[in-house]
Amino acid sequence: MIELKHISKVFPTAEGELHALTDVTLTIGDGDVYGIVGMSGAGKSTLVRCINLLERPTSGQVLIDGADLCAMGQKELIAQRRSISMIFQQFNLLMQRTCLRNICFPMEIAKVKKADAEKRARELLDVVGLPDKADAYPAQLSGGQKQRVAIARALASDPKILLCDEATSALDPKTTRDILRLIKDINKRLGITVVVITHEMAVVEEICTHVAILDHGRVMETGTVEEVFSNPQTEAGRRLVYPDGVHIAQLPAAKVIRIAFNGGSSYEPLIASLAIDCGVKVNILGADTRNVNGQAFGTMLLGLPEDPPEAAKAVAYLKNQPNITMEEVRDYHG
Amino acid sequence: MDKFFADFSEMLANPKYFNEFAFGIWETLYSTVIATAVAYLLGLVLGVLLIMGERGGIRPLPGPLMKVLNFVINIVRSVPFLILMLCVLPLSMVLLGTKIGTPASIPPLIIAAAPFIARLVETSLRELDKGVLEAAQAMGCTTWQIVSKVMVPECLPSLISSFTTAFITILGYGAMAGAIGGGGLGKIAINYGYNRYNYAVMLVAVVLIVILVQIFQSIGSRLAARLDKRLASGGRRAFKKQIQRDKQIPGAM
Repeated sequence: MIELKHISKVFPTAEGELHALTDVTLTIGDGDVYGIVGMSGAGKSTLVRCINLLERPTSGQVLIDGADLCAMGQKELIAQRRSISMIFQQFNLLMQRTCLRNICFPMEIAKVKKADAEKRARELLDVVGLPDKADAYPAQLSGGQKQRVAIARALASDPKILLCDEATSALDPKTTRDILRLIKDINKRLGITVVVITHEMAVVEEICTHVAILDHGRVMETGTVEEVFSNPQTEAGRRLVYPDGVHIAQLPAAKVIRIAFNGGSSYEPLIASLAIDCGVKVNILGADTRNVNGQAFGTMLLGLPEDPPEAAKAVAYLKNQPNITMEEVRDYHG
Repeated sequence: MDKFFADFSEMLANPKYFNEFAFGIWETLYSTVIATAVAYLLGLVLGVLLIMGERGGIRPLPGPLMKVLNFVINIVRSVPFLILMLCVLPLSMVLLGTKIGTPASIPPLIIAAAPFIARLVETSLRELDKGVLEAAQAMGCTTWQIVSKVMVPECLPSLISSFTTAFITILGYGAMAGAIGGGGLGKIAINYGYNRYNYAVMLVAVVLIVILVQIFQSIGSRLAARLDKRLASGGRRAFKKQIQRDKQIPGAM
């Protein structure tokens, strides 16, 4: 279990102090795939670097299975780091070593016997689907292949935690999906806790079980992906979940409500049945729906009819639908 | 002009000159090799210290220490070589018991070249992507492991290039040392050309120096390119090898 307790990080700069992280508290359970999302500059990379102490927090505690990393000496810290692997946006492979020797590297520094290390490295090349690239140099590989080698290298030390810092941000959409699938597969098969740093909500949807939304160095909300995606509680959350915004249409409407789909088995033709069942026509002012793990999530912004009884009828109807929550939008400026 | 041709034919006729050139080449080579080897070792250590010890480096050293290190390197680098050599010759006296001759020129060459090499090494090591160092730290490398297994091997092609530059610079310094008692081709050129107006001998000595420089530069450049696995040519070579291996496996495409 990873526990971050009241982490703050302040960088001194020429213009004064830069508060990269402010009082961040997170708990990441064993076996979770935990997404940390935020706009660029939100402090995501700094936060993930606090987990293996590449960045030392200005204050706060980093507990891995109850042990405080900040209180450790250099030796203990190095031992801890060998059980926390990390992959990067730019892969960071050793360019003068073959793939096989790249994967051997973490074992080499941990003084594993060379023959054993090579055997393990070949197994890992199989795991990541590159059995024929043992003797290739990174310069000969595509981006996706490089990241696979980096993942194999990350697994070489039998880590309990895998940190992914924008690991798919330099890859094309298809390769991104393949790499995410591989990470998810590794999480399921080996039970490794995965922390995913990203600015792309699609990545979170694809693999994460839990998510924390970071904005200006503060955690705005946390929860399961289902909770946060179906009904983001904060402005920062809404901005990330519905980046195109819900204020789209400019239609006359007396009263505006937001309904959120909380994971019904599929998209019910809700608006059509509303019209058929109670004869009420509503305007769809905006909608953003998505599919997470086979369930429907998203919101719709509906303009209710001006006639109050009609509007009440619609509200009553929507209230009775399963897997839908509803709220009135008072500050709708169309 | 007539004197030049007369000198030239005399030089060709007299085997004394041949022996002198051969011995000059030998003196130039061994003094350059020894001085470069020792100076490069010192420069490598200093260069690594400069990179790892700076603020934000992998093992920051106390600021004042880094300032002193930088200051000393800059001072030694800015003293003209001949003057530096005069200053260091007493050290040769202590170490070797003499101030003249080829061996005596080696300690000044080392001291003059080491700070210059430290800067070359610093530049080479700076090419290394910070992300790679970060990855190594994240994997739990000790400082020594980062230096010996990441920094130096990853920058090897560039370090070989800087070694070549250092070798050639020291060869040039060695020739200058000929003016104040050093041996080798530089001494021949100065003794005959400057002191006795025998430009034919001077010309040959200079041409020999040029040839040596050309040889070592092309060896160094080729070695650096061959060892660099980031380059397309090196990569292609490795790739071809792999294809050949694949062909040898029966049944494999």
